[in-house]
Amino acid sequence: MDRVIPLDLTRLTVRELNHFLHHDLPTGEEVRVEILNPNGQHNLAVGLDALAQIDILGHAGYFIAGMNKRANVTVHGNVGWSVAENIMSGTVRVKGCASECAGASGHGGLLVIEEDASSRCGISMKGCDIVVGGSVGHMSAFMAQAGTLVVCGDAGSSLGDSLYEATIYVGGNIHSLGADAQEEPMTAADVARLSNLLTSAGIARDPISFKRVASKRSLYHWHADAGQEY
Amino acid sequence: MCGIVGFLAKKPEFIQSLGEHVVPMLTCMGDRGPDSAGLAVFGDPVESSLRRFSLYAPDRCFDWSAFEQQLAARIGGQIELSVLENHAVLIGSVEPVRLKSWLTETHPALHLLSTGRAIDVYKDEGHPSDIARRYHFTQFSGTHAVGHTRMATESAVSPAHAHPFTAGEDFCLVHNGSLSNPYSVRRKLEKKGIRFETDNDTEAACRFLEWRMSEGDQLEAAIQKGFDELDGFFTLLMATADKLILVRDPFACKPAVAVETDEYVAISSEYRALAHLPGVKNARIFEPAPEQIYSWTVSSPST
Repeated sequence: MDRVIPLDLTRLTVRELNHFLHHDLPTGEEVRVEILNPNGQHNLAVGLDALAQIDILGHAGYFIAGMNKRANVTVHGNVGWSVAENIMSGTVRVKGCASECAGASGHGGLLVIEEDASSRCGISMKGCDIVVGGSVGHMSAFMAQAGTLVVCGDAGSSLGDSLYEATIYVGGNIHSLGADAQEEPMTAADVARLSNLLTSAGIARDPISFKRVASKRSLYHWHADAGQEY
Repeated sequence: MCGIVGFLAKKPEFIQSLGEHVVPMLTCMGDRGPDSAGLAVFGDPVESSLRRFSLYAPDRCFDWSAFEQQLAARIGGQIELSVLENHAVLIGSVEPVRLKSWLTETHPALHLLSTGRAIDVYKDEGHPSDIARRYHFTQFSGTHAVGHTRMATESAVSPAHAHPFTAGEDFCLVHNGSLSNPYSVRRKLEKKGIRFETDNDTEAACRFLEWRMSEGDQLEAAIQKGFDELDGFFTLLMATADKLILVRDPFACKPAVAVETDEYVAISSEYRALAHLPGVKNARIFEPAPEQIYSWTVSSPST
């Protein structure tokens, strides 16, 4: 098995932890870092750019694994606001629940939340994929520009408000759709794309039962006629 | 940005050690609110003929023994005064209106922080950890408590502007967020004869809810009306003699996290303020949904 490096946050500051992850990870070998006693602290494992497996053993705070590149970060607990904010690549997995703004502005990579995510999940996402095993709160995928949000449970109110070119798949009920979001038929391509994402996330669900939500594309196009009214 | 904390003990050992659990919560949330802090603690109510009054003297050299003698001479009856730095808790058979009037007339600099049978309030300027030390919060016992750490954004930093705010008897409120219509709420209430003591937005919410209760609403019904009346961002944590109540605004713009075990209920702005509590790692932890009322009672907890 790979080499395991334990880092205990009762002995290290968050700044020392992140400095180690940025500058002192061994190269040329597979490493796994275990972060012990996170106790809800913020900004753990942010800004990584390394092929490493990071396991955070416990509940963590805000902005966990923000800006992640290449690394695989797993939180064995819940996280606070803005997990994997601006994720670029790699995988961030939350074994518990996530608070608001999970995956906000994410450009690439995969965020998996095995239980529920709160409001504004995937807000302004720009190309990442987010798979939520449970439900999401209100205003999820607000202004989402590219990428995929998969919700295996229910979606809260105003799903996909002001949506651009991101696609949303929902396995449960949708409380309400936001402005310019619409439900569309699932195509074979949707089923294949969703099936791949569910497999990558390790979630056993039949993609056939999901609904597809995408943009009506009426809100962000310039209409000369409408413009002249003003 | 501000921090809120709340704790409700379900077991006698947690009632005894209430302060030991609450102080690390308050200190941790000092990161969200370093300019002032406050704590309301509820214990066994005094008998119905008596009232508890929490008093604050801005002057650290205030002569509390002379005050006690004047009070005994003018008001009479049974009086017990416990002094802690520049705070004092007065227990007596005096009518709240009469005491307030006497204080206004003879000691206008004194602040009456709370009135009731079960509530004591402490609040002051400074970092929450310093305030907790100054007033020996770790030694407090009680059934439930509500605390606040403030980073002022809309009105002055002063002990009077610090939370918790109180109105009426045995009711207090702390707030993370900002109201956008406190002055219109205030104007409505002032026309009804309700007097304000600060220009703080949270005081408008506190007095609105207390006004509804004085009109006969239960607190939950008052909060429902508050959702229509109060505009802005808010996570509000409130307490009465036997309840702890938590609500968030319709957009859930301000954070809150709650944990419930067989031994206690604890609420904070962030999980890290709860991480020290016994059994928390495997407890039921949840984020309150927007515009839902979460209520726990001292005797029979429920959500």
